[in-house]
Amino acid sequence: MWLTSKVKQVLMVIKPGVVTLKYPFEPHPAPENFRGRPHWDHHKCVGCGACSNHCSARCILVRDTCQELRIMLYDGSRCTYCGRCADVCPEKAITMSQEFENATGDREDITERIELFMLTCQRCGRCYDMENTNALERLDLRGYRYDSLEARALIRKTTEHFDPNVLKETEKYQRPTKL
Amino acid sequence: MLSNLAKKFFGRSLWVYHCNSGSCNGCDIEILNVLTPYYDVERFGIKLVASPRHADVMLISGGVTRPTLALAKKAYDAMPEPKLVFGIGSCATGGGSWFDTYNVSGGADKAVPVNYFIPGCPPRPEAIIYGVALALGLVPKQAAPIELKQMEFPIDMYERNKAWEQRNVIYELLKN
Repeated sequence: MWLTSKVKQVLMVIKPGVVTLKYPFEPHPAPENFRGRPHWDHHKCVGCGACSNHCSARCILVRDTCQELRIMLYDGSRCTYCGRCADVCPEKAITMSQEFENATGDREDITERIELFMLTCQRCGRCYDMENTNALERLDLRGYRYDSLEARALIRKTTEHFDPNVLKETEKYQRPTKL
Repeated sequence: MLSNLAKKFFGRSLWVYHCNSGSCNGCDIEILNVLTPYYDVERFGIKLVASPRHADVMLISGGVTRPTLALAKKAYDAMPEPKLVFGIGSCATGGGSWFDTYNVSGGADKAVPVNYFIPGCPPRPEAIIYGVALALGLVPKQAAPIELKQMEFPIDMYERNKAWEQRNVIYELLKN
């Protein structure tokens, strides 16, 4: 009995043939609407910080080293590839590429760093504050100040078991009111 | 002699143990997808085992949550040497969107030493196969850090059109 069932299985399998991909030895490109690793075009980027504002995983950081130089850091290790940054970019400087072969042993390999020149106001010498004139809106905008994750985190530490010392530390800690 | 032959032909066959440390099941579905006949990883001798004591490789998915932190460590200690750990998905790589929340330790490398990171949310089955093939030495590494710089200072808004023309003239001269 088992033999007949095996024969039947073989006959069933003959029809579709071999379906296994020869993937690592032959390329298998992703479909067109696939969102892979984002890439920045530093010629188009104006450094507005919108991508940093909208990033759900907070993996795009904006750092102003001086008045006229801005550094955008992309940390791909916790990027969820949602494509929100490419959506909100006003200059279409971010494209979601088709790259998915990002496996590495070192997390530094999936980072991106862009240095941008910022134009300054001729009257006051500071960077443009284009459309956000409202003080509340300016508070929300992360692009125009030094960006540090440590300062933004509410609770810094987690432990395996309950630890009264850590609780004491975190209870004292407050979210910084001014950055 | 037989053992030498066996080492030669059956070497580098990884038995994987799948450890879910609080992931959303997206990565787990992709891992199961890799084991199907379409992406047949038994070509490389990869087999899913139920116990960490039988395993060479731990596939850890999910940013390690507080309840699973001790269990993930225990499972890692139970594996025999030599052992590899693959962090699968954005959560295992760097904590995902929950990297600094109170109940997530922020990445699999906070709990166990991770050898290979496979980012993606969830990673494609091909990406997981690529990561495994990278560990086996079948494919070259493709990811590299990117550094971009604006070399020319941007032109002032009021003189934009004129300066653009001048710059383009220079480029056309360079072409010729």
